[in-house]
Amino acid sequence: MRRIVRVASWVYALAVYGFIFLPVVVLVLFSLQATSFPIPPFTGPSLRWYDAVLSDTRLTSALVNSLLVASISSATAVTLGFLSAWGFARFVLPGSGLLRGLITLPLTVSYLIIGMGLLVLFNWAGVPKSLLAAGIGHVVINLPLCFAIIYSQMGDHQINIERAARDLGAPEWKVLLLITVPVMAPAIFAGFFLSMTFSWDEFVISFLLTRFDTTLPVEIWNLLRSGLNPKTNAVGSLVFAVSIVLVVLFELTLLRRRKA
Amino acid sequence: MSSTANSGRAGRALPWALVTPALGWTLLFFVLPFIAMGFSSLTAHEGGGFTLTNYSQFFTNPSYWQAMVNSLQVTAIVTVVSVLLAYPFAWILAEQVPERWQRLALMLAVLPFWTSYVVRSYSWLLVLAQNGVINRALTGSGLIAEPLQLANTRLATVTGFVHFFVMLLTLTIFANLKQLSPSYRKAAADLGAGPVRTFLHVVLPLTLPGIMVGAFLTFVLCIGDYITPQILGGNNELLMPQLVMMQIGRRGDFPLASALSIILMAVVTIAYLACARWLKIERA
Amino acid sequence: MTAPLVDIRAVSHRFGQLAVLKDVSLRIEPGSYTILLGPSGSGKTTLLSILGGFVTPSEGKVFIRGEDCTAVPPARRPTTTVFQDYALFPHMSVGGNVGFGLRMQGVDGTTRAARAREALALVGLASAFDKKPHQLSGGQRQRVALARALVIEPAVLLLDEPLGALDLKLRRQMQDELKAIQKRVGTAFIHVTHDQEEAMALADHCVVMNDGRIEDEGPPERVYARPATRFSATFMGESTILAGTVAEARDRTSTVTTPAGPVLVRSALPVGSAIALAVRPEHLLLGGAAGTASLGMARVSDVVFQGSFKRVLAISIEDPSLQFIAKLPASATVQPGDTVAVSCDTDQIIVLTD
Repeated sequence: MRRIVRVASWVYALAVYGFIFLPVVVLVLFSLQATSFPIPPFTGPSLRWYDAVLSDTRLTSALVNSLLVASISSATAVTLGFLSAWGFARFVLPGSGLLRGLITLPLTVSYLIIGMGLLVLFNWAGVPKSLLAAGIGHVVINLPLCFAIIYSQMGDHQINIERAARDLGAPEWKVLLLITVPVMAPAIFAGFFLSMTFSWDEFVISFLLTRFDTTLPVEIWNLLRSGLNPKTNAVGSLVFAVSIVLVVLFELTLLRRRKA
Repeated sequence: MSSTANSGRAGRALPWALVTPALGWTLLFFVLPFIAMGFSSLTAHEGGGFTLTNYSQFFTNPSYWQAMVNSLQVTAIVTVVSVLLAYPFAWILAEQVPERWQRLALMLAVLPFWTSYVVRSYSWLLVLAQNGVINRALTGSGLIAEPLQLANTRLATVTGFVHFFVMLLTLTIFANLKQLSPSYRKAAADLGAGPVRTFLHVVLPLTLPGIMVGAFLTFVLCIGDYITPQILGGNNELLMPQLVMMQIGRRGDFPLASALSIILMAVVTIAYLACARWLKIERA
Repeated sequence: MTAPLVDIRAVSHRFGQLAVLKDVSLRIEPGSYTILLGPSGSGKTTLLSILGGFVTPSEGKVFIRGEDCTAVPPARRPTTTVFQDYALFPHMSVGGNVGFGLRMQGVDGTTRAARAREALALVGLASAFDKKPHQLSGGQRQRVALARALVIEPAVLLLDEPLGALDLKLRRQMQDELKAIQKRVGTAFIHVTHDQEEAMALADHCVVMNDGRIEDEGPPERVYARPATRFSATFMGESTILAGTVAEARDRTSTVTTPAGPVLVRSALPVGSAIALAVRPEHLLLGGAAGTASLGMARVSDVVFQGSFKRVLAISIEDPSLQFIAKLPASATVQPGDTVAVSCDTDQIIVLTD
């Protein structure tokens, strides 16, 4: 019986891994295609499509835009999220439950609808489509996430630690800088990292709220109009590689922290 | 008692100074746009005063109505299939894989999660296309004579979605299974339950709340997604997000797009209220 | 008489509708070791938080060294708190933790390190200066928390169940050390606990709290031997309680009718008043040598061997709802089922009039 379960488990797990990896393997493999169609048979390996991507200024500037929007919007989201989480965890505020609900509410709403709402509002207020507008939208989607992560980590123990610091004579701003921020650093970091990845990958809000200067996912979308194209494979593989490097770095810092 | 702070001089002002920026941002860029969308949905595209035509169109125009039916069908199929695929997988990772390899196994299982969302759908197109990998493999091995129509179908949309949500659900269910104290299982075994009954009566009920949260997340993300159905499903059958985007793109009809968005959101809200008691997000 | 170090005047506190402190007044002398003893929910921790400045009382005033500190925030009052979970700063070294208070006072790094080392030496942890809190055991963290609070030389040190997280053996050991450190530094300690043994071992002054009020206060010996209230008699050690009515009063004595028969007590009480009599387990005599006050006959229901003594439970024959709790020498030969005469010495009977 145990053996059967083990064998069945192995078969099942391998099948799911196969399903999960199939499109990625195909994507990366045909990014090395030497000919113009990313379909069998494989004609590579060749790096010509990577060359094409890196010399395409539209793609490279979209990449810079994406990094800019992601880092600035994430920093904003994590700052607002941290301050509000601190406020709600430390002080008794009237209607606290309701206000916390309001901050986390965007989590239950599709990006499409958030983007639509901002589009209508900005259109009505005369705010032009821009990276700034997209960045504002990214803060809207990431703020509740940062808030939820940081708020959930502010337990009674952290509250006592801050009390101890105040008791020993620390003014409020020193409590914040010397105690709260360092103690909450893992949660703050996690919030920032997740926001970065979500913003980096976000499509529909950027699509609705930008026009000429745009982000990488929108630029990749534009590439898709030309159908199956190894250049799209190449840029997709590059994005994948960057994400993997980030994830590995994240894991390593997390591991180092745990060991320290 | 734990959060009663002594209110010194800063007592009243400080807490509000901390929470106001976040609240303000949410009000200005989330609530206000929503109100604007609400107003917009009550005006006609051609201008003029208050009207309900945008909403009545949804109920009278069968193709709009059909988009909602399609969306609900696809979302329901995706949610059920993803949970059914992910649960055993997460269970294997948590129970059958040796402890020291688990982290690696899990990381591998969600690795493609980190590809760009747009690129992931495109990758499936490579796999499912007329002369893509699957059709080449099938015709090459002589199993079929003519390539199958795989891309631009509902099946393709569902496949793309399931691929994404299996990874997401594996993560949440795995975390859930690992949180279970081993004592529960030991206690059940000690009281005479075999592995199957332990699973059915102890493990499954205890992980059900986590599954519900994961399934709800799947539902929300799936029903509001534009990319996957647009790339993989094409325009053969429209889902709600595609219909919304169509109003903006082709016709610039913001009022109708607003009305359709609000209807879509109302459906999600109803789903949320229906399973609200299983979804508790609170401070640890 | 000098002014008290801490003077709590008529303090009441409510959390919403719930009154947790009801008109509490308490004075604390310099250099004393005060224990606030009571069950959870008795208001002892709230009283400590009010002393520490973390909670402002709804009513009443707190004076420390003659100054009204009622609304002074924690940082600016001469108290420091040792928290139950120690609240060590996890990202700082032990030295950084202990030096934190001095750093906030603007003391320079060298002096700070020197004084932090001194404080650590005081608690026997001189070698831990460069370690991180998570590398220490529970008892060691406790000492670091103590050193961190003492290094800024507060007038009053507040300890919130400081030994609650330690195992029994370590707790007894830390008790002795706490007492020794307190004597050495001479700072007034106010210590909250629900453990009556801890209270008796440490306190110069023991304050028994229940339901937001002070039930009894005084030297632990007095509180144990002559508790002021029924609660105090049962919370500070066990007692056999006999409900009774005063039947007859003389000059210095009274006769009380109890379920176990009439009992003579050495105090003049108003005739007809309902009172309770308490007898400590070690003062109850079973069978054999009889005391001056007879408490009737009882059937032994349970004998529990506890090492140095035997704890005996017996049910009164006269009133089966009355249970005697006695402490007999380990060599005693009573068995469950035995019927024995119960008595005690008249001097050992505690009269509770509340």
